[in-house]
Amino acid sequence: MRASRSRSRSLAYSAFVVHRVSGLLLALFLPLHFLVLSQAIRGQAALDQALRLSDLPAVKFAEWGLVVLLTLHLVGGIRLILIEFGPWKGTRSGWITATVFIAGCTGVLFLYNLVI
Amino acid sequence: MNEDAIAQARAWYWQRISAMVLAVFVVIHLVVMMYAIRGGLSAAEILDRTQGSLLVGVFYGLFVLACAVHVPIGIAKILQEWGGASPRVASRLSQLFAAVIVIMGLAAVWGVSA
Repeated sequence: MRASRSRSRSLAYSAFVVHRVSGLLLALFLPLHFLVLSQAIRGQAALDQALRLSDLPAVKFAEWGLVVLLTLHLVGGIRLILIEFGPWKGTRSGWITATVFIAGCTGVLFLYNLVI
Repeated sequence: MNEDAIAQARAWYWQRISAMVLAVFVVIHLVVMMYAIRGGLSAAEILDRTQGSLLVGVFYGLFVLACAVHVPIGIAKILQEWGGASPRVASRLSQLFAAVIVIMGLAAVWGVSA
């Protein structure tokens, strides 16, 4: 009983850290994302030049990572809101597992759409 | 209740409300993005879909504003709890970040949709 409670607490803490770190990384990415898109003000050629960055393998990998982080933050956030505002209580370990699974699926879907 | 506690409660409330709004925006954005990356990204393709579209302008304009509410609250919390910043410094820095999001975000929306 105590071991199960401790495992649940440690899982909840891991979910908290993942939610916070993913939020921080997404926040740091936002200005860069806006900077690239705002090149459209200078015209199509300027936007194209900025978008050429996304052809680099490292940037592609970072994009994939951001999509996974965004999904983790989204689904993890929905879990928190449901626990805080809904009738559900406790860690909801199954929801944490579902969050990781959905983020993984989104990552695979992103890769699939990237290559077709 | 002291001022600090009221400010914290208000931040908690706004972070949750903006999160609920952002959840809808993010799901739509993810779906659009999955579709947009097919066959690679090009400015012509993006601008063809977005330029002159009021729907795109309003959607992404509201998306940016919701981010400008949600993100700085999280940044302030991290600066205080993990960065050791005082509430005053954390608040100032997060307000600066909110301004960066609004200015750069709306510029980006203007660029692709106007």
